[in-house]
Amino acid sequence: MKTVTIEGLSKSFEGLQALLDVSFSVERGERLVIIGPNGAGKTTLFNLITGEIPPTQGRVFLFEEDVTHMPPHRRTHLGIARTFQITNLFPNLTLHENIFLAVLGVNSQKFKIHQPVSTCRDILTKIERLLIEWDLQEYKRAPVKNLSYGIQRQVEVIMALSSGARILLLDEPTSGLSPAETGTLTSMILGLDPNVTLIIIEHDMDVAFRLAHNMIVLHQGVVIAAGPPEKIKADPKVKEIYLGEE
Amino acid sequence: MCLRLKQWILFLIIAAALIIYPYAVPSYYFTALLTQVLIFSIFTMGLNLLAGYTGLSSLGHGALFGSGAYTAALLMKYVSKNMWLGFSAGVLVAGVLAGLFALISLRTTRVYFLFITIALGQLIWAIVFGWRSLTGGDDGMPGIGKPTVWSSITLSGGTTYYYFALISFLIVLFIIYRITTSPFGHVLIGIRENENRIRHLGYNVWLYKFIAFVVSGLLTGLGGVIWTYYNGFVSPRDASFEFSAEALLIVILGGRGTLFGPLVGTVVVVLIKNIIAAFTQRWLFVLGVAYILTILYARSGVVGTLGIRIKRWVGEWGE
Repeated sequence: MKTVTIEGLSKSFEGLQALLDVSFSVERGERLVIIGPNGAGKTTLFNLITGEIPPTQGRVFLFEEDVTHMPPHRRTHLGIARTFQITNLFPNLTLHENIFLAVLGVNSQKFKIHQPVSTCRDILTKIERLLIEWDLQEYKRAPVKNLSYGIQRQVEVIMALSSGARILLLDEPTSGLSPAETGTLTSMILGLDPNVTLIIIEHDMDVAFRLAHNMIVLHQGVVIAAGPPEKIKADPKVKEIYLGEE
Repeated sequence: MCLRLKQWILFLIIAAALIIYPYAVPSYYFTALLTQVLIFSIFTMGLNLLAGYTGLSSLGHGALFGSGAYTAALLMKYVSKNMWLGFSAGVLVAGVLAGLFALISLRTTRVYFLFITIALGQLIWAIVFGWRSLTGGDDGMPGIGKPTVWSSITLSGGTTYYYFALISFLIVLFIIYRITTSPFGHVLIGIRENENRIRHLGYNVWLYKFIAFVVSGLLTGLGGVIWTYYNGFVSPRDASFEFSAEALLIVILGGRGTLFGPLVGTVVVVLIKNIIAAFTQRWLFVLGVAYILTILYARSGVVGTLGIRIKRWVGEWGE
């Protein structure tokens, strides 16, 4: 089953062509890594898939349903979640509260106004399970702004996951991390449920090649190469404009 | 469990003190003062739900208070003295008006939201001020009398009304407590903390803000109705911009997004107004200094700043 399909997607910002006629599709459980120099349109592509901004042209399908005109919060309910290039959490709230909001977002109790949070047993159990699974129990009462950057990046991924999403968009998950932290996070991503579809923007080439089943190279808003990692590595155009610069 | 016990003991002491208060103070003046505090606290608690918990600072809430107050007064004067009718209608009118305010103002954020709520509030104020034949214009509506509770029983007498205000206050306090500890309340806090992120977690942010605005308006309107019955008089001041601004400053002074912040803020402001005013004409100056000190040294307000210390002793509320 195709989980994400993009058809002829274009986006321009007041004359600046951020994306031009991008098309691809991703199978269930596939790990697609998007690479490309700064300003290539990678994050714009994510914003179009999640619905943060509307496309100038083209269509977006999630689980083979046309979602081009669907608002972001409804797309979340279809089973898509994302992380952000710049850490985007609730800094003043505790780790527990952060994950609570992530789980509640797709739960039927999210409009419950007359009873305290402690009555949402299913959600609280799920949070406990997640905290144990990712070994973060000791931090659960700490405001996330007090946690290390490495853990904050992990929390980003956990929050995206905890909504039960079947499609995860990870925007440079390892950016700004130390080599050791990058290793931890990469293993964490490799250990995710193989049925979850991942689309990852990654600058670190080692990480990118480790994670990818397929890759797309964006340059100035245009797809210049697509295919499995070996093919991308060997592509002379990619070497010239992207890998060559490294 | 030990913490729960402490909380209950503290709660019972405060409750007992509030019940015997009218008999413990030297004159009715102090009972009247506390009655005013309780009524305005209902208003500021309502505003706090929107401004403190959701992060939408409205400068038009005076108009919602005024709409409740005027609805009650107009019904008293022209239709019926029945208190329950006044309550239902006053709260309903304020709620509907809050819904309309929300429809217009929620298209904006931050400083634009402030401006648009000022404009909407002023619109209501202008109607109240200008429609002399109905509202008496700037003369207000004096002598509207006391409402009837049941057939010939009226709600009169200062001490009786104090208890009435106290019960209303406690009900609103309980409502706010329940809302803010509920999943819905947590989402409001999430919106305040990071609106962009919460949208991506699957929440219809607009709908949450809209509901918060309406509930906030309902409670604010309730404050207005109770104020009218207490005062026996309404004037455009009850719907004015100054009143809206004062309420917002009280919320900031007391502690935005805290359960008791609005009450503490109201106590401080009413005390400064009444007690300092007995010594000096410059009480507004004292109030101004209090605001400046809050912004400079206690950003999270009296309760937000002291609350951390008190919490250590009492234990976390809502844990």
